[in-house]
Amino acid sequence: MKQGIFEITENKPLTQNVMRMRLIGDTSACIRSGQFINIKIEGLFLRRPISVCDLNKDELTIIYKVVGKGTEVMRRKSVGDKLDVLTGLGNGYDLSPSGDKPLLIGGGVGVPPLYLLARQLMERGKDVTVILGFNTAKEVFYEKEFGDLGAKTILVTADGSVGKKGFVTDHMDLDYSYFYTCGPEPMLKAVYKRSVTSGQFSFEERMGCGFGACMGCSCKTVTGYKRICKDGPVLCKEEILWQTQK
Amino acid sequence: MADTKVTLCGIELDNPVIPASGTFGYGAEFAELYDINILGTFSFKGTTWEPRFGNPTPRIAECTEGMINSVGLQNPGVEKVISEELPKLKKVFRKKVMANVGGFSIEEYVKTAAQLDACDCVGWLEINISCPNVHGGGMSFGTSPTAAAEVTKAVKKAVKKPVIIKLSPNVTDIASIAAACESEGADGISLINTILGMRINLATRKPVIANRKGGFSGRAIFPVAVRMVSEVAERVHIPVIGMGGVSSADDVLEMMMAGATAVEVGAANLIDPYACKKIIEDLPAEMEKYKINSLREIIGAVNG
Ligand SMILES: Cc1cc2nc3c(=O)[nH]c(=O)nc-3n(C[C@H](O)[C@H](O)[C@H](O)COP(=O)(O)OP(=O)(O)OC[C@H]3O[C@@H](n4cnc5c(N)ncnc54)[C@H](O)[C@@H]3O)c2cc1C
Ligand SMILES: Cc1cc2nc3c(=O)[nH]c(=O)nc-3n(C[C@H](O)[C@H](O)[C@H](O)COP(=O)(O)O)c2cc1C
Ligand code: FES
Repeated sequence: MKQGIFEITENKPLTQNVMRMRLIGDTSACIRSGQFINIKIEGLFLRRPISVCDLNKDELTIIYKVVGKGTEVMRRKSVGDKLDVLTGLGNGYDLSPSGDKPLLIGGGVGVPPLYLLARQLMERGKDVTVILGFNTAKEVFYEKEFGDLGAKTILVTADGSVGKKGFVTDHMDLDYSYFYTCGPEPMLKAVYKRSVTSGQFSFEERMGCGFGACMGCSCKTVTGYKRICKDGPVLCKEEILWQTQK
Repeated sequence: MADTKVTLCGIELDNPVIPASGTFGYGAEFAELYDINILGTFSFKGTTWEPRFGNPTPRIAECTEGMINSVGLQNPGVEKVISEELPKLKKVFRKKVMANVGGFSIEEYVKTAAQLDACDCVGWLEINISCPNVHGGGMSFGTSPTAAAEVTKAVKKAVKKPVIIKLSPNVTDIASIAAACESEGADGISLINTILGMRINLATRKPVIANRKGGFSGRAIFPVAVRMVSEVAERVHIPVIGMGGVSSADDVLEMMMAGATAVEVGAANLIDPYACKKIIEDLPAEMEKYKINSLREIIGAVNG
């Protein structure tokens, strides 16, 4: 973990409510995809956790949906503004068990952390397939970017307005060696049931600190109590206990 | 040179700044960022006899200049704290640490405190009779002078190290509870724990916190804490540790003028992990600004 001041180099809408922000600063603490940063927002007490979507030397990319006060303040930020950010938080995805044909499954604003993961898996010569799930055509983002990485991209919308119709789990009957997923909890649960291999899930929880000090974000797992912010947000399929996961 | 030293129940502290229980874990996360030996000491996460998971999530709610938590005393239980956490703690912190103890019966307080009393790295026992998060638990001891006195008496009999009783602000007359603890031999009083609070999600019409209510802390509660610290310091003759909303060196000076010998910093650590380091670094300049040579001289300055 590191605390740093980051300068905004981009803050632009991808859809009506989803924004992409690029930040320049000391990214040396960011070591894995699936990790997150915790952003201080003036006028609000708690920091806001957002996943790292991409990382290039000293530049971080995040994609966030405007859902409340904090993300609304973020939307109004301009290029050149500075943010106080804690970086390098959480365990992140473990690439080592991916096998040759990893499947990545993202839903809504669960898609962003899969981008850096897909890039890293492609760089290792893996045959990557990504299923991107959204409610409707207007909410779709990053389909092209995943394609540009060279990943096979399957777009799914609940209303069928673009891509295949249905839920991500309706289109999972593929040949894959391992999977990685991030998205709303009902989607994660469905992926858990539908998946035929082992895999990794990224969770969200309300956070006090984001770096392991307050026990605000705990959950029960097969291997004991874990802090989503420090021992997670990524949990392996085998350690998840849904009934207590809320 | 500004003298920041104070003496807390017979042990000298380099400065009065102490991260508060539940907001500093066992120190490891902060030791990654700075040398935590600059602290006066710190109070580690509340320890109970049995391991506890605590309350369901969400346990955290945002408030204006503060937060609500309903962690519910999550901890691995005293046995594991001693066998697993304290050895790790000793690697990053060389000074005496403050052991925070929670409980649901007098026997439990006594057993847990006695185990921690025997640990060489523990300098003080801070007995939390105030955690508002546990149904039918700690709360009842902290809200009645008789019950508070009973816990104090029983723990004092079982331990050698200084016993600091940590009080709940969710009472009408906090000074009389402090006085009851003093009369049974408490070596110090710390206050305030969190103030009971609640937030509602307008969209779902449900409480934000799974457990409905939780403990409110952070900058917003500072004036309440200063008032209560002053009331207690005026009544008792033992050292008082002031806390509640402290987030700057100025706040430390204000707490001390209200009667605090040392000052704990809670929620501020969660939103800025460097909060205590900054406060300690800012203290000498702030002291100079208010013509304070030694912090000892301002303790209780406001009280008659
Ligand atoms: C590890 C992690 C990674 C995340 N990554 C992303 C991402 O890449 N893109 C994205 O759009 N969102 C992400 N989120 C969700 C994001 O943190 C929330 O949408 C955001 O905090 C909402 O803040 P707000 O002030 O706008 O909303 P408000 O509802 O006003 O926030 C009130 C409080 O609730 C908390 N909160 C609200 N929603 C969530 C949530 N879903 N999860 C955790 N805390 C929440 C806020 O942090 C704040 O403390 C992530 C959450 C976690 C825990
Ligand atoms: C997340 C969190 C966990 C806490 N856990 C404990 C605890 O285990 N034992 C205890 O005595 N107090 C606990 N407290 C209370 C604090 O130690 C402190 O008394 C209170 O938060 C007021 O200080 P503040 O406003 O600086 O946070 C906790 C507070 C927070 C925010
Ligand atoms: S949010 Fe504080 S421990 Fe996870």
